[in-house]
Amino acid sequence: MAASIVRRSLLARHGPARRVAGLHSGPRRRRVQAPGAAGEQGDAPWVAVVGLEIHAQISSDSKLFSGSKVQFAASPNSLVSFFDASLPGTLPVLNRRCVEAAVMTGLALNCSINKKSLFDRKHYFYADLPAGYQITQQRLPVAVNGSLSYSFHAGGQKNQMVTRTVRIKQIQLEQDSGKSLHDDTRGQTLIDLNRAGVGLIEVVMEPDMSSGEEAAAAVRELQLILQTLGSSQAIMAEGQLRVDANVSVHHPGEAYGTRTEVKNINSARFLARAIDYEIKRQIKELENGGTIVNETRTFDYKLGCTLPMRDKEGKQDYRFMPEPNLPPLILYDNKSLPANVNHSQVVNIDWIRERLPDLPSVKRAKLVEQYGILPEHCLTLLNEDGLMQFFENVMKQTEMNPKKVIGWILIDTLGYLNQHRLTVKESPVSSFFLAELLNLLERREISSSAAQQVFRELWKGEGKTPLQIVKEKRLEVIQDQQELEAICQAVMEGHQKELYSQAAQERREQSIKAYVLFCMSPALVFSNNR
Amino acid sequence: MGPSQWRQVLLTCAIQDGSAHGRVSESLLRRFGRGIAGCPPERRGAARMLRASLREISAALREGQLSPTELCQSCLSFIKATKFLNAYITIAEDTALKQAEESEERYRRGQILGDLDGIPVAVKDNFSTAGIETTCASNMLKGYIPPYNATVVQKLLDQGAVLLGKTNLDEFAMGSGSTDGIFGPVRNPWSYSRQYREKCAQKAQTENEDSNWLITGGSSGGSAAAVSSFTCFAALGSDTGGSTRNPAAHCGVVGLKPTYGLISRHGLIPLVNSMDVPGILTRCVDDAAIILGVLAGHDPKDSTTVQDPFKPFELPSCMDASSLCVGVPKEYHAPGLSSETLALWSKAADLFENAGAKVIEVSLLHTQYSIICYHVLCTAEVASNMARFDGLEYGHRASGGESTEAMYAATRREGFNDVVRGRILAGNYFLLKQNYEKYFIKAQKVRRLIANDFVNVFSGGVDVLLTPTTLSDTIQYVEFIKEDNRTRSAQDDIFTQAANMAGLPAVSVPTALSEKGLPIGLQFIGRAFQEQQLLTVAKWFEKQVKFPVIELQGMMNHGHTGCHHQKSAFFS
Repeated sequence: MAASIVRRSLLARHGPARRVAGLHSGPRRRRVQAPGAAGEQGDAPWVAVVGLEIHAQISSDSKLFSGSKVQFAASPNSLVSFFDASLPGTLPVLNRRCVEAAVMTGLALNCSINKKSLFDRKHYFYADLPAGYQITQQRLPVAVNGSLSYSFHAGGQKNQMVTRTVRIKQIQLEQDSGKSLHDDTRGQTLIDLNRAGVGLIEVVMEPDMSSGEEAAAAVRELQLILQTLGSSQAIMAEGQLRVDANVSVHHPGEAYGTRTEVKNINSARFLARAIDYEIKRQIKELENGGTIVNETRTFDYKLGCTLPMRDKEGKQDYRFMPEPNLPPLILYDNKSLPANVNHSQVVNIDWIRERLPDLPSVKRAKLVEQYGILPEHCLTLLNEDGLMQFFENVMKQTEMNPKKVIGWILIDTLGYLNQHRLTVKESPVSSFFLAELLNLLERREISSSAAQQVFRELWKGEGKTPLQIVKEKRLEVIQDQQELEAICQAVMEGHQKELYSQAAQERREQSIKAYVLFCMSPALVFSNNR
Repeated sequence: MGPSQWRQVLLTCAIQDGSAHGRVSESLLRRFGRGIAGCPPERRGAARMLRASLREISAALREGQLSPTELCQSCLSFIKATKFLNAYITIAEDTALKQAEESEERYRRGQILGDLDGIPVAVKDNFSTAGIETTCASNMLKGYIPPYNATVVQKLLDQGAVLLGKTNLDEFAMGSGSTDGIFGPVRNPWSYSRQYREKCAQKAQTENEDSNWLITGGSSGGSAAAVSSFTCFAALGSDTGGSTRNPAAHCGVVGLKPTYGLISRHGLIPLVNSMDVPGILTRCVDDAAIILGVLAGHDPKDSTTVQDPFKPFELPSCMDASSLCVGVPKEYHAPGLSSETLALWSKAADLFENAGAKVIEVSLLHTQYSIICYHVLCTAEVASNMARFDGLEYGHRASGGESTEAMYAATRREGFNDVVRGRILAGNYFLLKQNYEKYFIKAQKVRRLIANDFVNVFSGGVDVLLTPTTLSDTIQYVEFIKEDNRTRSAQDDIFTQAANMAGLPAVSVPTALSEKGLPIGLQFIGRAFQEQQLLTVAKWFEKQVKFPVIELQGMMNHGHTGCHHQKSAFFS
């Protein structure tokens, strides 16, 4: 049958995919012109430097140093052990699961794992920090010197995928703080210690980035890695992944500018906006002859700007000190593992390495190889929570070419989901239904436009199968020659005037084929039945 | 309160306790006889019974010669009678009696929990005790009732021990006199002993009786006084720089500081986490070994305890001294060492040598720096450990305050004494970024050198080190407070501190009475985790020196000496 009724391929819609040069740029510092800042005064352009510190709550049953349960949105102060409330005389006991999660994360981020790491106390007074200090790993963290490669669609161009690498300075284990809830009407502050002592993995990135877009992409990739490993659920909205960004600007060739820290950004979207705002603010400030103060700022997502944090004013001296109640954390590998050791008492790096799941980058490469789809498609497939699984489920149930399927996934399904602000999980069109629909299309039992119509029907979520919808709406392609002829006859008879008009006469020869095809769709026939 | 009042108290107590005591006495007299002349008859048995060793009292309980309740009531009465010593902050009368009754029931059913079943003990008030106020002698924790027991307390209770109460100390264990707590100073029972009083009288002192009482040393002075005055059979102290051994020496009792990591610190409100060890105060070395056997061993709640299983041991009654090598560190001839103590120390060395032991002079070159080094490390950890006392979760909270910060400041000003605040201030200074290398790191390096000295000496074949515990015997309170806490701590911890730096076990053994009739203790320092060897030596030494028993009841009958060891066989 005619090729023209087949859905336009994805490539046709978007033009040929271009592979972007420098797909694997090395870890060296790249200096990218800051957004919208190109030599506004005719001087050298500004260069922005962005570094991230990311706190990921470890997904574990209990807290880092106590047996209290870890649970989101439990009733206030219901998950607090004596240690969490810093009762005098209580001591920390390291949670093995948290160590494993940190080692796993370190390995996934190409870090070298320190066989010996240490815990330190970081002191500051805050109402939701009961002990007056946080136990962290300042001097000798569990993992150092890693890297994270991430890709993104440069400038929002769907077909321009850029891949970059950011160096990981260190990964450390530390305690989360509690939460302060300010009751302004009664002038009270309420403390919830449920979160106090929950294990965190802090990932410190070198300042290798230069824009909000890059930072957001790096965070997204890290989030995927953490979720793949299961070391953190990394849901930003639930505060399981929190990002602090260090931002500064300078002219190329000159020393780095004074940096500010934008704290507690809890969505990827706000992260990019906060960083880009801060870059612009600093440039504007400097160009107006001002100076940048080394300060902590917060992002006001309603106003879309960063503001100085009042309660963090003044430089803190954290008075770091070794945590005397925890011996050094010793990790082993197959070589160093002592004989007759209690396995529940040790963490073996090699054992963890052997059991690492496929990381997102590997998964994407496998998708490219297995399905012949483009890397940028894979990027989106993985970046959208559950979309890859959805795609693979569809693939299992359909004979359609993956290159065609990917269009239905990325354009139609994802488009609909985004339009209705739904997650993949919430999709009213299941992978099973979509596969059935695509099979109908692939077997040419329905036309492309009919398929679109069925898809729209499916979206209503009425539970009808694609086949039911096709039957009900009589959308099947008519394969029977006689029936087709009859329809054509009927259409022609109903449109005698048009058929025999002068203009039609002239076009008849060229369009007869198209006309037949037009007639093949009963829906059109009936809708045009005048 | 003077000796006449002490006598008064004892007599009154005997009358007040009326019927209960009549009952106690009967059973006690059966076991311990009626041999103490001069005591009121109803007190004689109790007085002797309370002086028994752990093993003796345990046997008496097993044989049914007295009941745990009788024993507990007797101790409680005696605590009240000696209240002026100020040894106890909290007397847990109700829970103690309940525990004693439960113990009695176990004895009745023949299902006792262990050697300590029914035996009254006391615990320094810086160990958490579930349901019993734990103050650290500080306004900050006044009224604080912990919801859990320290592991060592739990272990005592699991053995059936009866917890009489919580003993006095310097605020947060910061001091060497047991004079700087909010509940006032502890008085040394030896202040009221016949031995001391007679010497005082000889000197025809005309001082006011109420001002010439002596300090116990500290910071576990309450526990030392409690054991020394027979109000309990064993007590827990804590030892960070000598806080168990120092008052033990001054009060004439045995004070054991076990190896760091052998006993759980869980529930011990910390002074210096890297040096704190629960200490054991008893009247003889055997008793210390029994308590050690109960307390030692890995605790999953304290990651710094060693994993190796601990096997409780019994000490041999004799020892072959010829295979022993005793080290005498020359640097311990410190300025301020009293000639009496020096003489005693050298006599003790001779004693070992005469018994066939190899006694050699050794060098612990860096011990002289341990006090100054300790000052930095201690205050730094104090600054950190005290940060939790902010008035939010527990303890004292200042009223008012315009902001959280103002509330913190007022709470900590009101809650801590000058000593604690001074150490917090100093510690925070040492931990500042610009000072950390200069002070904290340097002090840690010196600590390593101090510890290495010990390693070298022990690897050179020395089994135990013999040193003084303190510079001299104890002094009067009025003398002691002429210097501030910091000066006193620096002087008093001089021989004891290094063992904490190195984490080594050490024990102070009461050795002899001074010219003034006051106890002098000598210290043995052993190899890490070699408590058995250390205590074997200590027991042998104890047996040789025959330290005299404190004669408190003698106070009730001037001139009468009704006890076993009338004189120190060693020092005569």
